[in-house]
Amino acid sequence: MALIGLVGLVVLPFVLFRANRIVQGEPLRAWEALGDSGIALVAVLGIALASLVIRTRLSVRLAICGGALLGLSIFVGLAASALIPEGDNFARVSAGSGFWLMAFAFALAGADALARLGLRPLARIGVLASVLAGLAGILMSGLWDDIDVLREYQSRAGAFWRELQVHLFLAFGAVGAAIAIGVPLGIVCYRIPRVRAGILGTLNVVQTVPSIALFGLLIAPMAWIGANIPGAAALGIAGIGYAPAFVALFAYSLLPMVSNTVVGLDGVPRDANEAARGMGMTNGQRLTQILLPLAFPVILTGIRIVLVQNIGLAVIAGLIGGGGLGTFVFQGITQTAMPLVLLGAIPAVVMAFAAAIILDAGVELSQGRKSTSR
Amino acid sequence: MIEIENLSKHYDGRAVVDDVTLAVADGEIAAIVGTSGSGKTTLLRMINRLVEPTSGTVRIDGRDILDQPPYQLRRQIGYAIQGHGLFPHHDVARNIATVPRLLGWDKAKIAARVDELLTLFQLEPEAYRHRMPHELSGGQKQRVGVARALAAGPAVLLMDEPFGALDPIIRAKAQEDLLDIQRRLGTTIVLVTHDMDEAIKLGNKIAVMSDGKVRQYAAPEEIIAAPADDFVLAMLGSGDRAFRLLSLKTAGQAVGPGPADGKPITAAASLREAYAEMLWSRREALPVERDGAIVGRVTRAACEAEATRP
Repeated sequence: MALIGLVGLVVLPFVLFRANRIVQGEPLRAWEALGDSGIALVAVLGIALASLVIRTRLSVRLAICGGALLGLSIFVGLAASALIPEGDNFARVSAGSGFWLMAFAFALAGADALARLGLRPLARIGVLASVLAGLAGILMSGLWDDIDVLREYQSRAGAFWRELQVHLFLAFGAVGAAIAIGVPLGIVCYRIPRVRAGILGTLNVVQTVPSIALFGLLIAPMAWIGANIPGAAALGIAGIGYAPAFVALFAYSLLPMVSNTVVGLDGVPRDANEAARGMGMTNGQRLTQILLPLAFPVILTGIRIVLVQNIGLAVIAGLIGGGGLGTFVFQGITQTAMPLVLLGAIPAVVMAFAAAIILDAGVELSQGRKSTSR
Repeated sequence: MIEIENLSKHYDGRAVVDDVTLAVADGEIAAIVGTSGSGKTTLLRMINRLVEPTSGTVRIDGRDILDQPPYQLRRQIGYAIQGHGLFPHHDVARNIATVPRLLGWDKAKIAARVDELLTLFQLEPEAYRHRMPHELSGGQKQRVGVARALAAGPAVLLMDEPFGALDPIIRAKAQEDLLDIQRRLGTTIVLVTHDMDEAIKLGNKIAVMSDGKVRQYAAPEEIIAAPADDFVLAMLGSGDRAFRLLSLKTAGQAVGPGPADGKPITAAASLREAYAEMLWSRREALPVERDGAIVGRVTRAACEAEATRP
């Protein structure tokens, strides 16, 4: 890990400078971009990297990684500001492979130390919150304003927030719909074993269709619905746009929701279920007081899988005009503008990561409430 | 009073319970004993309609159990099962309160009832009320399971191998506690077990079942003295019959006048224990002690007289 970082530190460029968006970038190492303070930065980062090799306390390690990441973030911003001539709106500075590699090395080492610290669920959410707050602080301070990704953001801030909303609507809406339909469907599978194989089999087939193919396959039927069913077009249902994207995400979400519900219900201790019947609970009372609460951690795991998957998958919706952060990704690809791709991709990754951490903590909390652990 | 008449249960044309007729009087414990697959559990579960009978009737206090919806019937009948079946996500108090909550009792009444039951089962309410099931020992879980079954004060309690998961020492204690509580509350109990010793110890009457039929339904003394057929005999273990008879009587019931040396035995101990002690310590007679005073002696001859076929 330290070796990867060292390569990033010495050999690879820290930032790339372009006179405008299209030309080939000029790679600059840290000391070339920042002068004397760059040499100091290299020295400090070198020491930080070396400290990763020796065995230190986990908390110390974590602090070193956090500090190094913060330092990297600050200096990449400073480098960008230093390189771009005052008032030049065309020049672009992007983080170079050296920056990314070092960020990767420290993030990995930090995450590893964090995992080995074995923090309690709420503490993990706290760490996440402070990292996100730090990120927000850097963004608001304007430190990064001269970096290319934010340059792209500045020129389309309105569109960014709009597409982010669409993205969240697609991801969370599809999960919500999948919960609303999938949990009852899972209960049906649990209650009536004869339909179980059929429902799960069908959903399995849906799951195996490649995502782009599914988006494509939905174009024709959705277009037909939009054209022939009154009111559907008014809701925005058409062959392309957010409707097929929503339906596709929903379809992918359904299998994990249904199967996790079934597995969760199957895992309810037989004698607890039996006792609930024997003591005179009605079927509804047994479902709401015994079965669903005991199956909840597994169902929540399903929600976590689906939500993280959807935040990522919703990027592809950009391809069929469904909107969302994918819009920037595909625009960037067609214009070979990497910063634009990153503008779409980085928020999606951050959101997926945050959702995973929060829901994992939630799963652990809900399990701790009932048994086994401790 | 539980009256079971010509009760049968068929699965795919095969009779699991075959034309069973028996009655359990108020305040009695009926032990249903049999090998696995004898239909004893199915018979028990037909009483609270966890299994619906193919034919025949069950009446509790004269009322046909089919007269009301199953869930209402079950709220009036206690039900305790092997492995206790506690709800792992509810604490002890909430577990015990299950049926009272279903019946819509008010909170204060439920809380008072929970504490009363915990005390009855020798669990300090302050310490145990808010424990989760996984924080209890096996014996404590079993006691909470029975307390939960008795929470709404049912006249009838059904128990399916309630002590099956306990080790022998805790089981003996649990059996005595159950007898004690049953005497105090006067609950009518139907208990399923595969263990003849348990049936003899707990049952006022024993129903021996095999292949879905009740082979014999009688008091323990009669079952031991006059087994109805070879199956009942096999369940008793013919070699142990004399000792089983001895285990039914206490030293206090066979006490006679006269002196005896050595360590006394309590009047509540069974003759089986007394006889074993005599053999072990090479004595012809033991002093019998009741409430701290020697009240007489029990002799080998007295034991042997009790142990012969009546």
